[in-house]
This record gives sequence, C-alpha cells and structure tokens, in this order.
Amino acid sequence: MTNTEGQIETFYDVMRRQGITRRSFMKYCSLTAAALGLSPSFVPKIAHAMETKPRTPVIWVHGLECTCCSESFIRSAHPLAKDVVLSMISLDYDDTLMAAAGHAAEAAFEETIEKYKGNYILAVEGNPPLNEDGMFCITGGKPFVEKLKHAAKDAKAIISWGACASYGCVQAAKPNPTQATPVHKVITDKPIIKVPGCPPIAEVMTGVITYMLTFDRLPELDRQGRPAMFYSQRIHDKCYRRPHFDAGQFVETWDDENARKGYCLYKMGCKGPTTYNACSTVRWNEGVSFPIQSGHGCIGCSEDGFWDQGSFYDRVTDLTQFGVEANADKVGLAAAGVVGAGVAAHAAISALKTAQRKVQDNKKKEEA
Amino acid sequence: MVSTPNGFDLDNTGKRIVVDPVTRIEGHMRCEVNVDEQGVIRNAVSTGTMWRGLEVILKGRDPRDAWAFTERICGVCTGTHALTSVRAVEDALGIQIPDNANSIRNIMQLNLQIHDHIVHFYHLHALDWVNPVNALKADPKATSELQQMVSPSHPLSSPGYFRDVQNRLKKFVESGQLGLFKNGYWDNPAYKLPPEADLMATTHYLEALDLQKEVVKVHTIFGGKNPHPNWLVGGVPCPINVDGVGGVGAINMERLNMVESIINKCIEFNKNVYVPDVIAIGGFYKNWLYGGGLSSKACLAYGDIPENANDFSAEQLHLPRGAIINGDLSTVYDVDPRDPEQVQEFVDHSWYEYGEPGKGLHPWDGETSPKFELGPNAKGTRTNIKELDEGAKYSWIKAPRWKGHAMEVGPLARYIVGYAKGHEEITDQVNGLLRTMDLPVDALFSTLGRTAARALESEYCGRLQKHFFDKLVTNIKNGDSSTANVEKWDPSTWPAEAKGVGMTEAPRGALGHWIKIKDGRIENYQCVVPTTWNGSPRDAAGNIGAFEASLLNTPMERPEEPVEILRTLHSFDPCLACSTHVMSPDGDELTTVKVR
Repeated sequence: MTNTEGQIETFYDVMRRQGITRRSFMKYCSLTAAALGLSPSFVPKIAHAMETKPRTPVIWVHGLECTCCSESFIRSAHPLAKDVVLSMISLDYDDTLMAAAGHAAEAAFEETIEKYKGNYILAVEGNPPLNEDGMFCITGGKPFVEKLKHAAKDAKAIISWGACASYGCVQAAKPNPTQATPVHKVITDKPIIKVPGCPPIAEVMTGVITYMLTFDRLPELDRQGRPAMFYSQRIHDKCYRRPHFDAGQFVETWDDENARKGYCLYKMGCKGPTTYNACSTVRWNEGVSFPIQSGHGCIGCSEDGFWDQGSFYDRVTDLTQFGVEANADKVGLAAAGVVGAGVAAHAAISALKTAQRKVQDNKKKEEA
Repeated sequence: MVSTPNGFDLDNTGKRIVVDPVTRIEGHMRCEVNVDEQGVIRNAVSTGTMWRGLEVILKGRDPRDAWAFTERICGVCTGTHALTSVRAVEDALGIQIPDNANSIRNIMQLNLQIHDHIVHFYHLHALDWVNPVNALKADPKATSELQQMVSPSHPLSSPGYFRDVQNRLKKFVESGQLGLFKNGYWDNPAYKLPPEADLMATTHYLEALDLQKEVVKVHTIFGGKNPHPNWLVGGVPCPINVDGVGGVGAINMERLNMVESIINKCIEFNKNVYVPDVIAIGGFYKNWLYGGGLSSKACLAYGDIPENANDFSAEQLHLPRGAIINGDLSTVYDVDPRDPEQVQEFVDHSWYEYGEPGKGLHPWDGETSPKFELGPNAKGTRTNIKELDEGAKYSWIKAPRWKGHAMEVGPLARYIVGYAKGHEEITDQVNGLLRTMDLPVDALFSTLGRTAARALESEYCGRLQKHFFDKLVTNIKNGDSSTANVEKWDPSTWPAEAKGVGMTEAPRGALGHWIKIKDGRIENYQCVVPTTWNGSPRDAAGNIGAFEASLLNTPMERPEEPVEILRTLHSFDPCLACSTHVMSPDGDELTTVKVR
C-alpha cells in the first residue's frame, strides 16, 4: 500500500494513538503471526510492517446474499471484529453496519472512492443478478451491478467474500432464475481474492485482510483464485476422523452406534473428500467444532456449484475428483477381513493416489 | 387524502423523501414518505428491492436437502429457516422426532433468538438512539455512577473502564476516519441521551460485539458451525455419548458443560446489560411514543418452542400462538396454516402477476411470475428510479394477509398475543416493565414497545434455554440418548404424494414453510416470512402493511435526515433477503437472460 495519501496513518500510529502500549502491540503481532500459522520469527517482520503501513479504507458492498458472511466476520476471535473495525481498517462504507442511510450513505460511498482512488479494498458480499436489467437487486434506485462496477473501477483489489461472490451460491443454483453472477465474471480487470464458503470461517476472513495489511501484498492464490494458505487442502486430508475412514469404520445410519463412536461420515454423504477448506484445521467459532465433529457430513459449501452436485446425502463417487476415497468400501472390507492385507492395500492405494493427483493437477493446468 | 380499510389516512401531497438504501438491515430496502409542512409523515411506501428466487431453485430437489437451501435465505436469522424446513418435511411425511432432538432444536432456536435480538439492538438499532460522538463529552466517573445505578450487578462499571473506552473512541473520531460512523446524523436534535448514557451504550455496543461470538457457540456444538449450522430431517445430526468409547466425537459432558456456561452468559448479559439498557435508554425517549402502526390493531403469531416433541398444540408452546384483529384484544383467534382461507398472498402491488386482479393464493397453491414494471406516476427510469408509484406495482415483496387482514408479526406481536391470552411469564414481564418505566399499557403500541418486547423476549428465551438444557440432561440421565428417528429416512418409505407445513417464530416473527412432495422430490415449496408480513406493500383493497402504517404521523426533526424513519423501520429488524422468496409451481422460465 503506497502511502500516497499523507493523511492515512500507519497501523502502529493508530494503535499507539488508541492508547495501546508497545508491549501490547508486540503481543498483538505475535497473535497475528499465530493466526496466520507463521513461526515466531515472523513477529518482528509483522511489527515492522504495521509500523510503516497505512490504515486501509474498505468499501463493503452487498448484492444478492443472505448476510452470513458479515455475520461470520463479526464472529472473529483473533483478531476481534471490533479491533479490525476500530484499529485495522477504515470501514468507510458497509450498508449492513453503517450509521448513515440513503443520501448520506451514498455520499460516504462516493467520498471514499474519490478520496482514496486506487488505495481502497473493495469487499463484495453477494453477487449481482443480471436478468431483468439487473433490477432483481436494486440499490439507490439502480441495479446493484452498476454500483459494483463503479466501486471496482478505482479499487486496489477486490475480495469476493463467500460462495455468493466467488461462485454464485444458492441463488445461482439451477435454474438460476435471476442470473446471479459471480464477481469475477463481471469485473475482469482487477485482482480478485476469492474467499469461498457459506460462509467462510471468521478467522479465515480476518486472516486474509490481516495478511494483506501486514505483508503489503495479496496472499498467494491457487488456480481458482483462493488463498493457498487456507484452501489448498481437502477437509478429508486433515479430518480427525480420517483414521476411521482408513480403518473402514463408517456411520451407517444417523445416530447409530458408529455415529456415537465418532466414525467416518463418508457413507452419510460427507463431501470432505472433495472440499478444499480449513474447517478440519482452523475449525469454527474459535475452534469449538466443525460440521463433521458435530455429526453431520460436510456439504461442500466452499466448492463451486456445490448446490448442484446431487443430494448432500449422496455418497461421493466421483473418482476423477478425489481418487482413492471412492474405494472406501473396499478399504473397509479389507480392514475388517485381514488387517495385514488392509495395511498393504492402503499403502499401495496411497501411492496410487499420489500418481493420480499428479494426473489431475496436470489436467487442471490444461483446463486453466 | 385517502382512508385505508385498515384505518389509516394517507396524504401524498407533501414533500416526497426517499431513503435508499435503508441501512443497518439485512438485505436491500427502500422507503419513500411524504411529509406535510410541519415535517410530519403523512404517507409511507416501503419497497423490498431484491429477489433471489430460492423456491424456484428448490423445485425437483430432495426434500431432505431443503433445510440447507432455505437456511441460506438468511444468514442473520441463521437456522430458523432450516428448522422450519425440517418441520415441514416431517409434517408431510409423518416423522416423529425424539425428545432429545426437540430439546436440542429448542435450545438452538432460543439461542438464535437471543443472539439475533442482542445483535439487532446493539449493532443495527442502537445508533438510532445513541450518539457515539456525543459520548466523547461524557464524564467517565458519572458514567460509572450511571452504570451502577442502572445495573448494580454488571461487573464492568469502573470509571477507568469507561475512560479507556472513551479514549479509544476519541482517538478514533479524531483520526478523521470515522468508518461506520461516517456521515451519521450526530448533530440531529432527535438524539436525546446525555453524554454519559451515550458512553455507556457505546461501550455496550463493543461488549455485545464480543459477547455475540460466544453466544453462537451453542450452534457450533450441536450444528458444527455458525452461521449456518447443520440440521437433519428426523432429529438432529449430533449424537449423544456420555459414557462409552468415542465420546469425544459426540455430545459428551464437556460439550454439555460448554453449552451450559454459554446459556448462563446469555442470562447474565440479558439481566446485567441488555434489559437495563433498554429501560435506561427508553427512559430518555418516553415522550417519543410514535410508530405503533398495526400493533394495536392486528397481530399474528404462529407460536413456537414445543414443550414436548411433536406436539404443536397452542397450549404446549412456550412462545404463544394466536391472531388479533380489529384492535380487539379481548379475542385471540387460533391460527391454522392449513386452512386455505387464512393465510393468503396477494400481488397487486408487487412485481409479480397472478393473471387476475385481487386474487389471493394459499401458500400450498402459491405461484409466481415476476413482472417488473413501474407505475405511470413513477419518476425516473426503469433502471434509475427516482420516485416509485405506489398506486401501481412497487415492491419485490408480496402482500400476505390473514383472513384478509394486514398483520404485524415479531416480538411485539408475540408479546401482545401473549399478554392478551394471559400468558403468565409474558404478562409478568410486561407489567413489570410498564411499572418500572411508569408507562400505561398503550405505550406498548410503539416503536419503543417493539424494541422493549425484543429485550424482554431475549430474557425469557434465556430462561427457556436453561429449561430445555435441564430437560435434555434429565432425559440423558434417564437413559435416553436418542437424537434421530431414521424410520423414514429412505425415500422408498414415503408416499407418492405428501404435503406439509412447518412453522416457527423466527426472531423477526411468524415464519411458515409449505411443502408439496411428489415421487420423493419437491413439487412446490413456499415460504411466507416475517418481513413479508411486516414489509408488505398495499393490497388490492388498499390496506397498508406494518412498516408503512408504523411510519405515519411521525414528526421528523429534520425531514432531510431520516433518523425517525430508521428508528421505526429498525424496530422491526427488517430482513429483506428473507422476505422475497416465491416459487413458480410450473417451473416456467421466469425471464429471458440478458447478460450485460
């Protein structure tokens, strides 16, 4: 963030002005490092970044959505939502939370764009519908898509919050009656960070913002435009119930003995094997739980088009998507039969899976 | 001047004021009013400005999945649509849920009520009454004294505590980057609080922000995450295992302890902060008793929180059911969601068409064909609306009516129905509040009444949450760990055709889902949600809805600054994403696609 605007202060300035001591500031930096999964050696680097970087204005707009992303955002525990809003960013426009309305709100919107041209972050929750001339979502008497394009024009970068902005989500499920359209299909000339999920995990949301403020750059993105630090592994890869999967121990019906023993939910339709997200590692609401831990399979809410992949209770069978897991039944039989053979089979299958993943990655590269 | 059948006088000759966007709500909304020469609102027009078509999307899907789709209607009242949906499916298929599932669902629903009410009051509504800029003038010591007087048991009350918050606020304001407070109406004389009360309430804005992330952990424990926890047709997905192997992956003693500690936190916050704040702030606005609207005439509640699993009879519900019409509080009518003559939706002033004017449809037979058009007296263009024409179609919200009456729903409607029925807890709470504030019972019918009812309900829900937690633990102690009934999980056990209805009391009011199932798939799905009731446009007969009625006759300090409009609209806690969902039963293509 180039400090072209003299009036934008550094993060550290703001914290000091707000009566935060140097010591608390350093503690804050180490918490940030921990939240981002970085080693303590990064703490001085974060501190340095915060002492020299400006407090960034954010415009947060809402299209067709359900506001679950905003609700998730305010659940953030580290950093706390109040600290983000009071001390880290300047949330200059957000129709869900701002005091002003109508003309005064619109004025705040325009003033922010004008004053911080090229220096503000545009956060988008929801998406624009394109049918009916865009009038399935009206704001200020005009189609939301116009407001989105207007705000995007001078934004430094765009964050697509959640499944709606990233992929379309529920209103874009078939037959998508309003032609709800993800942000990157409407805005094509700006860097866009997709933070999918319905909603995304709170600390993932604040983690993405904090990363940008701290390191003065966009997080490393995967081919789909998602931050690799949170979305590069499947829920299944790090699921604490994975050993039950590997051992062929599955829940067969809701609330059966196996459910009470915490066995794998694969047969109940869990989409963990095909879903890239941080639920099984960061977990939800300050690490209290995540869907699988509370007995329901993952419904795959951070994947593109997850509403149209059959029932949430259909077993995942898409071999090309995830490889070995489709053989769960066979693995289960082997484990129940001869333990030694099961282990051998598992080792062989793991090797196979590695090979298969390479093939898939190559395929994805080709597609991309 | 026009007189509406439901007893309001409308005069649209005065100056027209447009508020768009209405902020601090869920979703997108516009409001237009006409004020007379004295600045008093004489005509009001409320417009839902979004439509997502969720029920169109549900057609042909697995009914067991519907909860997840409908849950995404709203992320603020997260879970309540999902609960309504699983109830509708269970009703259609005759599925009986276990006692534990009933207790857990009730705890989750009550938890939502409390969370939603607190977030609404502090983060969406408070800035209509509280001026954070004025808080800078407060004396921290006097604020501390005020806090101890208002709520002697609240531990955070020292002068130093308030000084720290004030310092933080001061630096924030002095930075010139006002963020969310930017362009607020901070010098408007409509703000009446002394600086100390402003500082106390602003401090609680921050306390509530910290608290709310704790409250929802009850959803996380039982449903895996919040927003949007997981639900299950036939019960709840979380198994209970307090004794055996693998208990760490289920509801065990540690999880129960965590739930209990959160329930206690809710009770404490309601007692120490929320209810005292509403009384204290309300005390400074006692002369501002506008905004009653429909509340003294027509209120509707479906009731919720069944004491026993699968028993939805009115006398078994902790939140009351009933309808009041024509301002006659001596008669509370029973409500039957299956009766085709009771709940009907009209579209004469909504951007849909039924083919014949004045036609009302029961939700099981609901239909939708979007028709976006502006009336002849609208100003501006189709994609740049300056003023709407309320004589024609003007909203994405339909107009639901109960036996032809426009109704108010929500915490105040529930409390008026409860009060009229002599519901013991509700009557005690209401009488206690009125006595404390030295107000007559008529004062309930107001913007402040709505806001106060929400706080009282949060307190009541806290006690109920505790009740169902105890009930859950007792049941487990007695050897029942069942959480799901899977007898009819397999669609091959279902009849070829079935229909059902699910009802809840969402934080914003009466919520109903109507479902028709055919050959294991959803044939028709219709939601009639609280903000559809409250935010409804006019109907063919000219009856106005609750939002519109509530704004009438309110004087504005400065007509160009909509503080009073926001105050009253926010008192309903509008949820526009909820309000605009309808389904085309024949699944016709709704509009042609134009990619811009």
